[in-house]
Parts: sequence; structure tokens; C-alpha cells
Amino acid sequence: MSPPVAPAGWSRWLVPPAALSVHLSIGQAYAWSVFKPPLESSLGLSGTQSALPFQLAIVMLGLSAAFGGTLVERNGPRWAMTVALVCFSSGFLISALGAATEQYWLIVLGYGFVGGIGLGIGYISPVSTLIKWFPDRPGMATGIAIMGFGGGALIASPWSAQMLASFGADSSGIALAFLVHGLSYAVFMSLGVLLVRVPRGEDRAGTAGAPSVVQGPQVSANSAIRTPQFWCLWVVLCMNVTAGIGILEKAAPMIQDFFKDTSTPVTLSASAGFVALLSAANMAGRIGWSSTSDLIGRKNIYRVYLGFGAVMYGLIALFGDSSKPLFILCAMVILSFYGGGFATIPAYLKDLFGTYQVGAIHGRLLTAWSTAGVLGPLIVNWIADHQKNAGKSGSSLYELSFIIMIGLLVVGFVANELVRPVNARHHIPAPREETVDVERQQPESA
Amino acid sequence: MSNDSSQSPPDRRPLIAFAWLWVGAPLAYGVYELVQKATKLFTG
Repeated sequence: MSPPVAPAGWSRWLVPPAALSVHLSIGQAYAWSVFKPPLESSLGLSGTQSALPFQLAIVMLGLSAAFGGTLVERNGPRWAMTVALVCFSSGFLISALGAATEQYWLIVLGYGFVGGIGLGIGYISPVSTLIKWFPDRPGMATGIAIMGFGGGALIASPWSAQMLASFGADSSGIALAFLVHGLSYAVFMSLGVLLVRVPRGEDRAGTAGAPSVVQGPQVSANSAIRTPQFWCLWVVLCMNVTAGIGILEKAAPMIQDFFKDTSTPVTLSASAGFVALLSAANMAGRIGWSSTSDLIGRKNIYRVYLGFGAVMYGLIALFGDSSKPLFILCAMVILSFYGGGFATIPAYLKDLFGTYQVGAIHGRLLTAWSTAGVLGPLIVNWIADHQKNAGKSGSSLYELSFIIMIGLLVVGFVANELVRPVNARHHIPAPREETVDVERQQPESA
Repeated sequence: MSNDSSQSPPDRRPLIAFAWLWVGAPLAYGVYELVQKATKLFTG
């Protein structure tokens, strides 16, 4: 499939909603927990078993983004969005069959394996295209799309819960819910497939004001992973995500433990409100901080995420249990940095490696996310369990975790400081045609 | 009809509005549900 080229007068403001239609859909993955209790009761599964489709989906996200990135660059965003649509929707349809026949392995295969490929390809599908359309504001553009991934769970969580309440939480109700999900997401994502366009090359109108996307070096994905810059950013992303997951993973029990022995204990229902606030901060950080990076620079914004993030963790560790507003504020700031870190990384990659294969490079960098997804929860849960066994309670369950998180953020901060421009021996000759592409965009898109 | 008017690109604004509404409406629903849930932190 050849990449769809924008016709004359095509607006670049049609590309973010195309990207959002994909990211808002695949962001459903974070709402998988809604299906866990009904699956456990109707199919007799343990908590570990019911988490399997989600875990496999996240593993497949990392693998397909890492290994499918070059294909996405070669075949273009429409091909990638089509693959994402087909895989993500078929994953639900296969799962519907699995639930209807009470064959759990089909749900694991469908949602986890097939759907997971849709997650990975869908996640990276719009990145390169958005950066090419918005060379002047790449942080904002990718921030909008990646904010959608956070927003997807906000939509799916209440929507799926209402559907299960209507259809019933038995296996046939779950099957019907999966079926509706698969069909609805197919329709919703089709907007992205239909709308997405790459900037046209021959359009010579309206070049004024639009900076060139091909300023600076161009590095291929294969060369990029051989540079220290790639691995510095890998460490930066991994540390930033680990620190965010450290709070996100145990947010509800954490706030209850922190204020258990105070005059203002936090109820279970109130802790759900805290989780919701963190989700809002995560989403706001994706668009807000990523857009800010267009103004202050990528290196500086990561200094804020990692340096100020460590300070926030320090404040929680030292004073968190004495002030609920301080605890909530610091946690929200940390989660906004977590989201911002995800959303800003494509623009950072573009700054260092150019637009040539930025989507493929981004896909390979997402292995840092998979690593952090294991590392963050492991640190917090393992330490909390050990502290509990040692007879500790309240905020002291988490103090050591927070100190480790500060250490990880400092490691990330140092890695960010080590980022330098890529050595010229990794550069490829700049594709002149592409330079022309962006310099010749429509005035409407400027 | 002049060549200029026949070559002018179509007005994309209705399509832009539709596309943003398509993604904005479900997102607004999600944010509304989020706000409802978040207020429980302050109301117990």
C-alpha cells in the first residue's frame, strides 16, 4: 500500500483527529481490569490468569512496535492504521468467540496476541506523519495523539462497565460486550484510516513560516540503535516511566495506607477518586508538557521531569503523611511528568535522529516502556510486601520504594545530561525531496 | 469561470469540525465520568 498523499488544500488539522481515533481506541487496554472480575467469576479464573490477556497484549505492544516500526515507515500511516484496526478489532471478535464457548485460551490469543499487535502498530502509526505535518510543533502534535492513549481508558472504563451491567457479567454477556467493542472500535478507528495523509511533495504553495522538518541530521533506525544517544534516551524513558508506575500501580492502597492512622483517613471510594485524579494529571501532562517542550526544548523538559520529579518524590517521602493536599499535589505532578515523558519522546527522537525513520526508532525505544512496566510494579510491590512482613504499616511501607525511585530519576537525569548531537558518521545523506515536502505545505497548515 | 476559481481547493472546515467532534465527543464523555469519580476524593 503506498502512503496516501494529501491533496491540494488538505489541512494538517485533520491529522491529529485521525491519530486520536486510533489512540483513543487502543488506549482501551488500560481499562482491561473492568473485565477481570466477571471473567474470574464466570470462567473460574484466578486473578493472575485473568490478567494474562492484558500482560500478553503489553508484551506484544512492545514487540510489534519494535519489530514493526520499519514496516510502518515503509508502508505509511494508512497501512499501519489499517493493520491496527484489523488486529485490535479481530482481537475482540476472537475474544467474543472465546467467551461464548468458554474457551479462555481464545481470549488470551485474541485480546493478548492479535489485539496486542494492533496496540503496537497503532501506537506508532501516526507519530512520524504528525511530526512531518507539524515540524514547528512536534511536541504538541505527538502530545495530542499520545494523550489519546491515556484518554482511551477514561472512555472504555465506564463504557465497558455499563455494557457489562446491561448484558450481564456471565460468559454470554462478556461475549456480547467483546463483540460490541470489536465492532465499535472498527468503526471508530476507520476515521483515522480514511483521514490520514502524508504531506505532498509537489505542492509548492504557501511555504512561508513553516520550518523545515529536515533540519539537522537524518539517521536510520538500524544506525540509531548503535548510537549512545538512543540508549541514553532508552534509560531516560525507562526511569521516568518506572517512577510514574511506582505510584500509579498502587495508588489506591497507597493513599489509604498513608493516611490510615491520621484524623482524615481515606475511604475506598475516595481512593478511587485519587486514581481518577492521577489519570487526569497523566493525560494533561501528555499534551501540556509535550507542548511546552516545543518552547523550552526537549533536554530542558526532561530535566524538569526527572529533576523536579525526584524532588516531588522526596517531598512525599518526607512530608507526605502530614499533609493530604501535599501528597495529592506531588503525586499528580509526578504522574503529569510520567505522561509528559511518553508524549515528548518522539519529538526528542526527531531532534536527534531526524524524521527519516523516527517512527521505527520510536517503536524500538518503546522496549523501555515494557521494561519499566515490569520494573516499577516489581519494586513497589516487593518492597511493600517485605515491609509489611517486617511489621511496618502506613507510609513506612513505601519510604524505601520512594528513595529507590529518587535514585532511578537521578540516573535518568544523568542519562539526559549525556545526550549530545549524533555523530556525523551515523548520518545518511538528507533526502532533498523530503525537505521540499515540508517547506511547501499549504498556508492553511502553517 | 476563471481557472483560478476552478482550481481552488475545497473548504475543509466542515470535515475538520466533524473529525474533531468524532474524537472529541467520546473523550468528553470519558472526562465527565472522570470528574464524577474524582470528586469522591473530596466528598468521601
